[in-house]
Order: sequence, then structure tokens, then C-alpha cells
Amino acid sequence: MNKMKSNSLIDFSLHLADNALILGQRNAEWCGHGPVLEQDIAITNISLDLIGQARSLYQYAAQLKADGSTEDSLAYLRTEREFRNCLLVEQPNGDWAQTMLRQFLFSSYQYYLYQYLQNNKEETLAAIAEKSLKEVSYHLRWSSEWIIRLGDGTEESHSRILKALEELWRYTGELFIAAPYENDLGIAISSLKHDWSKKVNTVFEEATLKAPENVFMHTGGKTGTHTEHLGFILTELQYIQRVYPGCEW
Amino acid sequence: MPVHELEKSFQQKIDNEVKIEPKDWMPDAYRKTNIRQISQHAHSEIVGMLPEGNWISRAPSLKRKAILLAKVQDEGGHGLYLYSAAETLGMSREEMINDLHSGKAKYSSIFNYPTLTWADIGAIGWLVDGAAIMNQVMLTRTSYGPYARAMVRICKEESFHQRQGFEILLVLSRGTAEQKGMCQDAINRWWWPSLMMFGPKDSESTNSDQSMKWKIKRKTNDELRQNFVDMIAEQIKVLGMKLPDDKLKWNESKKHYDFGEINWDEFWQVVKGNGPCNKQRLDARKKAWENGEWVREAAAAHAKKRAERQKEKAA
Amino acid sequence: MNVIRKFYYGDIPEDKTGGTIVSKETKTDWPLWEVFIRSKQGLDHKHAGSLHAADAQMAIENARDVYTRRMEGVSIWVVESKYIHASNPEEAGELYEPAVDKIYRHPTFYNLPDEVNHM
Repeated sequence: MNKMKSNSLIDFSLHLADNALILGQRNAEWCGHGPVLEQDIAITNISLDLIGQARSLYQYAAQLKADGSTEDSLAYLRTEREFRNCLLVEQPNGDWAQTMLRQFLFSSYQYYLYQYLQNNKEETLAAIAEKSLKEVSYHLRWSSEWIIRLGDGTEESHSRILKALEELWRYTGELFIAAPYENDLGIAISSLKHDWSKKVNTVFEEATLKAPENVFMHTGGKTGTHTEHLGFILTELQYIQRVYPGCEW
Repeated sequence: MPVHELEKSFQQKIDNEVKIEPKDWMPDAYRKTNIRQISQHAHSEIVGMLPEGNWISRAPSLKRKAILLAKVQDEGGHGLYLYSAAETLGMSREEMINDLHSGKAKYSSIFNYPTLTWADIGAIGWLVDGAAIMNQVMLTRTSYGPYARAMVRICKEESFHQRQGFEILLVLSRGTAEQKGMCQDAINRWWWPSLMMFGPKDSESTNSDQSMKWKIKRKTNDELRQNFVDMIAEQIKVLGMKLPDDKLKWNESKKHYDFGEINWDEFWQVVKGNGPCNKQRLDARKKAWENGEWVREAAAAHAKKRAERQKEKAA
Repeated sequence: MNVIRKFYYGDIPEDKTGGTIVSKETKTDWPLWEVFIRSKQGLDHKHAGSLHAADAQMAIENARDVYTRRMEGVSIWVVESKYIHASNPEEAGELYEPAVDKIYRHPTFYNLPDEVNHM
């Protein structure tokens, strides 16, 4: 592989890893604070799956970099501008509706992406995608059901989901716009949009919701220009490693 | 059968190590004691998620983050097993939760202490879970069937909790001077509160006698506490740290460690609600429950709608 | 369901004992479900515990999250607790004791020559 391509593969792996880590970190904020014990446990499971995915992907990126990087140096010692996660996953938990909608929009994207990536010629990447796909299929099912419950539940839950849509929909456009590293690798990210939209609309229909139209779409996360939230997330996430550099834990 | 006959045959079952099951006749006080103890145990698991949960977002490595998250989640699961066991005695989970929130029901006081550094996560695993496990292993043989079965499941899952705590401290004890200091500081702060976890001295515990007779408890508070001290006093040598007790000393004639007097004033203050975090813990639980109300309502409403639609379809 | 009057809490004596809470019907209390898990292909489903869920699908997913975190299962059954009917312990005598003296139902009852002892 030529140098440029190999750098792109590193960037792409980091992008996937950052997505998983940041959403895992966000979901973990629910641990101990969920609306009912069973759902507290459920969202924590998803968080654990995502952190597991992040670890595999960081390890893969570290191996590609071959410069002494580790999963932890990549997660703990990169800065706001180096993180490549999409804007959607760094948005605050808000209420249960906002967290469910963020999960659903992201899981459905991740589902088609991993399905696509499991045929990638980079074997390790394909293997990670294949393993993660099983987890993501469950996340997608679970979050779809919540969207339906909340959309077609009470007046209050319906209006809360609408509010969450207003909050989050503007971050969905970025998912399907290829970053330079995706173009380099020939990852046809925009081709996933069709299936994604179909899935989202099917679930929305059952939930008596409609996808918003003509919304301005924000971008930048995939290339390191984030919303203000990410800085705070990283401050907390990286605190110990920053205060006590170079220690074993 | 007249009540005194029922009571006699009930006690006979207990004496013969026959488990009591939900639909069996049992004295009212036995039912109440079990509800009180099991629900208190469940509340402790749930409130116990909070001090450790504090550090999930700040865990120092991805591995530690995953372990801690899994551990705190396990505690949620354990709370759930215990609420289910208590529900078989005729009280709903919602009622138990209401009692927790109103302050009527207690939970273990240990969770009213703050987690100030990462080393606290190690100390909690080693000392607090260690103390809990002593109690819980005993409870796998408790006389009420559903409680005993929940405890078997919990003990199986808990076995990694204490080990991960000790391992955190072990790494710190071999680390930099700052890490060592952090380790000793956490042990200093958590040692006495974990001794208090076993409850008042036998001479002052109001519930112990009858609970022993009914084999709800099978060892007294003081016996369990002594076992714990004996175990920890040995394990700390591996860490090369010190327990904050000048009176701690091996007693050759008793074959046990002697140890200093617990500060019972502090214990009762924390029980009464004046611990460093009592208010904050309860507020967090109440907030989660209140903020979750519309979610629970929506899911119930949707389930009802769906069931009605299915009925219409069938008709 | 028995309505429990509660007087004491915990192993800890309290100044204020007493009081009752009247069980209230609420819109938000999800029904209780019993969970049965098949731990591996070829074995029976076994009662694992219970949980609260709004509907059957949610109950199965919760059961997966709560009771199979350590690979304890390959298949899950859930049933709403209210649909379980149980025999009454007070009838244990008439229900189960008549089986006690029917020892001829057990293979060990029969004394056969050693040559056929693997029958």
C-alpha cells in the first residue's frame, strides 16, 4: 500500500474508533441514572459494546501506525482537533428521547456501514466490522423499538421525540459525505444513504413520525472541526492520563 | 391449622434446613424482616452504583473503563435480582423504591462516602466488595429460597469485583510515589467505613437474635467483621501499605487480629443522614426516577395501544 | 397479593418506626415477567428470575441484558407472572405424598441377576 493510502486507512480507523468511543462514553453517563433499572442495564450494555469496538479499532490503528502508539495513547492523548468522530455522537444525552434518537440514527448508519465494510479487502478491518455488526444489529433493533414506543406512546413522549429530532437531525447529513480519507480508500459512504433513509422512514412511520425536510446540515466532525461539546468530553475522559503522564494504571 | 401449630412446623422446617418458599406459610414478622432486609440490600446495590459510576467517564485506560462499566452494571443487575426476590413476598418494586426515596428504607451507609480519586475505585472493590462478599456468602444459605438463590447468582458474578479492585491497588502500589500516596490515602479513608458495614455490635443489634433463629442471618455482625479483619490484615501485606489502626495486631491466643474501636458516633451520624453524600445520593436516585416517569408511562401506553390493535385485528 | 404493613427497616434500629404505604395503582408500573433460560442446546429452559417490562419484546431483550451477560443462555422464554398458576403448599400432602410408597416405579426396586444388571 502506498503511503497516502496507508495514512488514510489509519485516519479512517481512527474515525470509526472515535465514533464508537465517544458514543460509548456518552451512553455510559446513563449508568446508574436510567429511567428504570432494566433500561439502565440495557444502555450500559450498548455502551460496553461500543467501547469494545473502539478498542479493537484503536488497536488496529496503532498497529498500522507502528510508532509505539497504543489503544490508550490514541484515545487519551489526541486533542479535540485530532478526533474524527461525527458530530452526532458527541451531542449531549438530553432526555431519554434524545439519547434513543441519537442511538437509532447512529446505529442504523453503523449497521449499513459495517455491512459494507465486512467485505473490505483489509482483512482486520473486515473482521472487526463483521464482529461488530452482530452487536450493532441488536442496538438497531433495540433503539428502533424505543423510537416506536416513544413516538407512538403518549403525547408527552411524542413531543419529546419531535424536540430531539429538531436537535439531532441536522447532524445526520455529515454521515454520508465522504471525508478525504474515505475518498482515498474508495469507501462509497454516500451510497449508504439510500438504505439508511429507507430504514429510518420505515421506523418513523410506525412511530407516527416524519423525517424533517430542508434542514441545514452541519459538518466538520469527520475532519476534526467539532461542536463545543467534544472538548468537555475529552477533558473528563483524558483527565488522569493528562495529570499523571506516563503511568501504568 | 391454628397459628401456633403453623409456627411450630415453620420453625421445624428452618431447623431442618428446609428452605421457605414464597407461597409457604410464614410468620408475619419473618415476612417483614425479609422484605426489609432484601429491599435494603437491593437499594444498597442501586445506590452503590453512584459512587463508582462517578469514575466511569474518567477511568484511566479503556480497559479499566470497560471493567468498571461492567462492574457497575452488574450491581444494577444484582439490585434487580434482589428486588425480584423481595417482590415474591408481596411488595412491589415501586413501593420499595418509594420507601427508599421517602427516606423510610435504608441502604448501606458506605455509599454515603465520596469517591475522591481513582484509587478509591480500587479500595471500594477490595474493601467494600470484600466486606459485602463476606455477608453475601453467608446469605447464599439464608432460609428464604428466592433470597438464597439470588445470592448464589450474585456471589458467582461478584467474584471478579474484589479481584479487580485489588488489582487496581496493586498496580498503584508498584507505581510512582504519587500513585502510592493515592493508594494509601484511599485505604485510610475506606478502612473504617468498611468495618462499619457489618452493622452495630452484636450487643446492640436489635434484629440479629431473631434473624439468627430464623436463619435469615447465619453469622453475627461481630463474627463477620472479625473474619474480614483477619483476611484484609493479611492481604494488605502484598500491597506494602498500612491499615490506619495502631491497635491492629495478631493475637496468638485468640488466633485472630485485635483491632481498634470503631467510631460509632460517625456510624450513627451517617445512618441518620449526615454522611458526606447522603443527600446527593438520594437526590440522584430521585431525579433518575422522576425523570424516567414519562418514559415508563410512554412504554406502558404504547404496549396497551399495540395490544388493543392486535385484539381488533383478531376480532 | 398480600399488602404488607411495614414497621422496621434494615438491621438498623430507627427512632421513627411504624407507618404504612397504601399500594397505589400507577400508570407507570410495568408488569412483572418470569424469565426462563436454556443454557445450552439440548437442555430444558430453567427459571432464571424475573423482571419488569412493558411488553413481551422488551421483556425478552431485558432478559438477554440482565440474565445472559455471561453467556448463560442460548434461548429465552418470558411469561407474564400473572399467568403462572402455582400449586398450593398446603395441599402438598395430598399432592405429593401418595407417590412416596410407589417404590416399584423406580428401577432400583427390581433385583435382577448380575448378568442383566445393565438393563
